[in-house]
Amino acid sequence: MDTSKPETISAPASSGHTQELTGAEILVKGLQAENVKYIWGYPGGSVLYIYDALYQQDTIQHVLVRHEQAAVHAADGYARATGDVGVALVTSGPGVTNAVTGIATAYMDSIPMVVITGQVPTHAIGLDAFQECDTVGITRPIVKHNFLVKDVRDLAVTLKKAFHIARSGRPGPVVVDIPKDVSFKKTVFEGYPADVQMRSYNPVRKGHGGQIRKALQMLMAAKRPYIYTGGGVLLSDASQELRTLVDMLGYPCTSTLMGLGAYPASDPKFLGMPGMHGRIEANNAMQHCDVLLAVGARFDDRVIGNPKHFAQNERKIIHIDIDPSSISKRVKVDIPIVGDVKDVLLEMIQMIKESSMKPDTSALGGWWETIEGWRKRDCLKYDRANTSVIKPQYVVETLHAMTKGTDTYITSDVGQHQMWAAQYYGFDEPRRWINSGGLGTMGVGIPYAMGIKLAKPDSEVFCVTGEGSVQMCIQELSTCLQYNTPIKILALNNRYLGMVRQWQEIEYSGRYSHSYMDALPNFVKLAEAYGHVGMLIERHEDVEPALREARKLKDRTVFLDFRTDPTENVFPMVQAGKGLTEMLLGSEDL
Amino acid sequence: MKHIISLMLENEPGALSRVVGLFSARGYNIESLNVAPTEDPSLSRMTIQTHGSDDVIEQITKHLNRLIEVVKVVDLTEGAYTERELMMVKVRAVGKEREEMKRMADIFRGRIIDVTEKSYTIELTGDQGKNDAFLEAIDRTAILETVRTGACGIGRGERILRV
Repeated sequence: MDTSKPETISAPASSGHTQELTGAEILVKGLQAENVKYIWGYPGGSVLYIYDALYQQDTIQHVLVRHEQAAVHAADGYARATGDVGVALVTSGPGVTNAVTGIATAYMDSIPMVVITGQVPTHAIGLDAFQECDTVGITRPIVKHNFLVKDVRDLAVTLKKAFHIARSGRPGPVVVDIPKDVSFKKTVFEGYPADVQMRSYNPVRKGHGGQIRKALQMLMAAKRPYIYTGGGVLLSDASQELRTLVDMLGYPCTSTLMGLGAYPASDPKFLGMPGMHGRIEANNAMQHCDVLLAVGARFDDRVIGNPKHFAQNERKIIHIDIDPSSISKRVKVDIPIVGDVKDVLLEMIQMIKESSMKPDTSALGGWWETIEGWRKRDCLKYDRANTSVIKPQYVVETLHAMTKGTDTYITSDVGQHQMWAAQYYGFDEPRRWINSGGLGTMGVGIPYAMGIKLAKPDSEVFCVTGEGSVQMCIQELSTCLQYNTPIKILALNNRYLGMVRQWQEIEYSGRYSHSYMDALPNFVKLAEAYGHVGMLIERHEDVEPALREARKLKDRTVFLDFRTDPTENVFPMVQAGKGLTEMLLGSEDL
Repeated sequence: MKHIISLMLENEPGALSRVVGLFSARGYNIESLNVAPTEDPSLSRMTIQTHGSDDVIEQITKHLNRLIEVVKVVDLTEGAYTERELMMVKVRAVGKEREEMKRMADIFRGRIIDVTEKSYTIELTGDQGKNDAFLEAIDRTAILETVRTGACGIGRGERILRV
């Protein structure tokens, strides 16, 4: 590589005669070249030239949200479901600060996004101009990278870099801050670069062959192996490779909250989700395995509990991750493999096929027996016999039973309902479970759902939420109507901020400090006011018929207000600071 | 343990704040930091002196590598290296002190680079231990002002950090 220049830019994708274009026009051409189909955004002073350029084209559909936070969430949800880079467009100042939550949400879950932000004109930067904020400074800790474009001649290359950085390596959001004068100044446009190489950014894809071989030898010699998979498997689109490997080995497998669907939940080799609200068999296997293969997972505090307790049992750890800084961050790893999950898994499969390596099947039999013993405890049981109230778990189970095997996406917000959705909806396919795992952002559910529905009009999109979370982006019901994105919202309404209430019950002696919401809106009327259908469901026996009816209203957004048991808690539960196997299994453990 | 980390980064606005922001956001220490462009004006060379356990230093270098504008990172303390710091000390120098200060500067191979009737400014170069030792050796009450660049390091012999 030529190292005398910071980057090399190859010839433009579209040759042809050169022309003078404004920054805004170049931006739009760049977005078209990146094959962007949708932009979620909100106009304002600094981005008016960009909006003017968007008005004069028809290949990119712009969606006008009702709050910038939702624009970023919708683009994020779209990216999670499709694997494409999500694009949002906001104005300077408050537009940016409103977008910050959305950007941080995407960053924590490594979601590829490009967020275009308007900025005050370059001559006004630093003078406390109207709607000015230091966008690059504010977003720096929550982006993979960000750019301030000060010269219109740099715009095309910067946009190319932004998309390249967002989607390659460990993906993440990239902010491109464009001052107003840059968007209206003209320059000769010689085409959008087809490719860009940066000397300072060259993410690896292929894992180290020697490490992979060592890892396989360790895996084959394991007596109590366990495969622990995370969001990285989905980000790398390596679900098929994971399935092949797990099936070749016959080893038990788990997926974190971010990785659900990578391996089919209905397969007996799947032990369910691990972690704070994980299943007994998933957590016990984590603690008692002798070889742990971590694939695109990061040993998060919500997954392994107290790291000291986790380290009490000796085990060998193999960790596949594209980001070296994820390896040996919280847990010391024996065999690190830096590389793209898909590439590494493919190589593993190939090596097994070409060699005579075989798993230790006799030891495996005993290990499976132990696991089946844990599984028999049926840790997800709840009081099914009690039909005098609506159990929130029952709503999710019913939804699962009705939609199993169909083309369905489930989004959620954050709290108890999120955990119940993750526990009781068995995800068999990747990219079907869309939630905010890392940042835990309440309010993502509706924007995620509408982002997905726009791109997947023929799929059914359900948002499992709570009456607390849903109010954090409820204004987007208006966007759903304008852009005809009919989603089904299932609010598990227990009148409490349920997860807060649960912690207060367990750890704060039942002092329910500000976790009860009085004066909730009438959600049925609210949905109707926004032009949608509202349904109130108060009895157990009405749950299924209501869902059936809502699904029949294919072209309508339906808000289902389920009045659920206000005392129900999420179990199993590993309290903060406790070890992974120190689980509370039900209210009798309190 | 003390570590000296050297990095090459794109000489672009904001690159420095990304490095500094990383240290503060993740709770790592910076004892000193020194940065300037290199013979290639598109590149800056930065020297960071920090301390931490091996695990922490490993994370620091990994996270530095993750920054898009960072081209190369090396922990100089992993091998043979030379470290220098420039210090300028303005000291009171009246009467008998003038001779004494001159002598001390000579012993430490410092140079007097500014002289007034009442003061000397002494320039010293060395590792930080030497510069500390000079400050210990002279009369503390005579020190009017000190300024130090922080550590600047380079590998010995064939150990070369370049892009």
